[in-house]
Amino acid sequence: MKYETQKLAYPYFLAAMGLFVAQVLGGLLAGTVYVFPNLLSETIPFHIIRMIHTNALIVWLLFGFFGAAYYLIPEEAETEIHSPGIAKLQFWLFLIGAAAAVVGYLFGIHEGREFLEQPLIIKVAIVIVALMFLYNITMTLIKGRKTAVSLILTIGMWGLALFFLFAFYNPTNLALDKMFWWYVVHLWVEGVWELIMAAILSFLLIKMTGIDREVVEKWLYVIVSLTLFTGLLGTGHHYYWIGTPGYWQWIGSIFSTLEVLPFLAIVVFTFMIVRKGGRNHPNQAALLWTMGCAVMAFFGAGVWGFLHTLAPINYLTHGTQITPAHGHLAFFGAYVMVNLAIITYAMPHLRGMQPYNQVLNMWSFWIMCSGMAFMTFVLTAAGVLQTHLQRVMGIGFMEVADEINFFFILRLLSGIVVVVGVLIYVYAMLSTDKEQAQAGETSPQAAE
Amino acid sequence: MPQVKQAPGGWGPLSTLPGNPIMWVLIWSELLVFGAALGGFAVARLLDPAGFDASQAHLDRFLGALNTMVLLTSGFLAAMAVRARADGEMSGSRRWMAASMAVGAVFLYVKIIEYADKLDAGLDIETNTFFTLYYLITGFHFLHVILGLIILGVVTWKNSLENLETGAAFWHMVDLVWVLIFPLIYLVR
Repeated sequence: MKYETQKLAYPYFLAAMGLFVAQVLGGLLAGTVYVFPNLLSETIPFHIIRMIHTNALIVWLLFGFFGAAYYLIPEEAETEIHSPGIAKLQFWLFLIGAAAAVVGYLFGIHEGREFLEQPLIIKVAIVIVALMFLYNITMTLIKGRKTAVSLILTIGMWGLALFFLFAFYNPTNLALDKMFWWYVVHLWVEGVWELIMAAILSFLLIKMTGIDREVVEKWLYVIVSLTLFTGLLGTGHHYYWIGTPGYWQWIGSIFSTLEVLPFLAIVVFTFMIVRKGGRNHPNQAALLWTMGCAVMAFFGAGVWGFLHTLAPINYLTHGTQITPAHGHLAFFGAYVMVNLAIITYAMPHLRGMQPYNQVLNMWSFWIMCSGMAFMTFVLTAAGVLQTHLQRVMGIGFMEVADEINFFFILRLLSGIVVVVGVLIYVYAMLSTDKEQAQAGETSPQAAE
Repeated sequence: MPQVKQAPGGWGPLSTLPGNPIMWVLIWSELLVFGAALGGFAVARLLDPAGFDASQAHLDRFLGALNTMVLLTSGFLAAMAVRARADGEMSGSRRWMAASMAVGAVFLYVKIIEYADKLDAGLDIETNTFFTLYYLITGFHFLHVILGLIILGVVTWKNSLENLETGAAFWHMVDLVWVLIFPLIYLVR
């Protein structure tokens, strides 16, 4: 770690991991309700549990992105963060806002719009947090070295904040409501978040493989071009059956099919860079998460996305368990794993240690990935069965729900595996290996 | 850590192409999109040949053919501009490019006449699958002609040889795509 202000990332990563645990515990509870439908129905209804599961996910990923930016921008810009004070204030404001939102949900205070359930005042707080962050990062970038990695990360963060503004526009017409709702949801995860992910992966690859920065930057430009070219109009694949004109079926099908390309490019990029640059970096776990992220994002976002993106197929699969199958693996593969990669990479530096608990960390990688893959497979099987019984054969929804119940038991089991993996990860990150703590951070940083 | 040696430019196979390598990423992406759209058109036609033929009869083949010649001429003029710039003739290059843009603008004018005729006849994007695809594919192409003219304008202003090659490459993609659209949508029976 070369710059004092990189330490600002530390509380962000701690909060991210804390909320990660809360998120998967919420998921575990929701998965249990699927198997025992009346569980807690009076005290914490399912929709509240689900709200906590999805909101905690988004908030911890944002904590991770903020932390990643505070960690890598100084190193990229070769200067300290503009205002450490703002960064600390921003952290507490965001944490208190998130906690207030969760407590509010438990008491039934929410706006009810899926994923954007936060009460207005919390939404305003999120915007203030984002503005503090963007001011801080942009000022840092202006006075420092401007690299492709830091520019694209910052552009991604600006986009994230700008598209969130559509959360404030809530038309009463349901079709228009959904149309603009996707401006936040889709243009985040299939637009600007991909820029953030590509930038963080590029940073990690530059640091860990010692490959020439120029090579990485060229790939980054290609990935970003492909992402924006396919992802923006790819929004059309959400406009199939919600009251928007029929031509969206063509626009959505064509562009979102091509959304696989940037994810494929990320896989090729990551493996080519690692093959060329070598994998001698001492933080093997971080390298594993980096490569794993590329692969799992390709399958979760790319392959499982394509599975139901063509309009004639989506006509049958819309709103079935195929959607959560895709949603779970895509979020995990792309955004959870990129966060776990940067946290794994940064924590030893932040704590002033050699890479520690590597074996335990890599175990958590395989346990989490296996659990998520199994969860995806069983939800896909449930979705295919549901599609056939309900949409092709015309059997009633509730009857079909009974038929696919078995898969929800399997999903719960896979959820337990994931939670175990998460707990191992967090333990591996936070526990102290005394020998290594004493050794301190002695090895030189990887060359650029 | 080992430092890896890279060829000059470091763009791999893209390095050998004229103009900016990122432009070629865009060009291939565009070809994939138009390819997929025309593929979709072919499948939709296969499912309803009679309906497609009936709708196609409303299209103006003369204006389509005219626009094909217009775009090819404009592409030729852009190529001449690049050649002139390579020979060091700055003002000659600019004149060729201005001519290319003027001819390119004729395409837009003719296409607007066509769209107006169709809309007057009550044929819009919601009429049927044929017209949905007609408007989407030619409309998307129309937007690319506008973007192409803007790019040509920029490279005429900042006229390094690389910039001119980059702009001309995009422009040739635009006329290549039209050369595919015209027979497939206007002519094939």
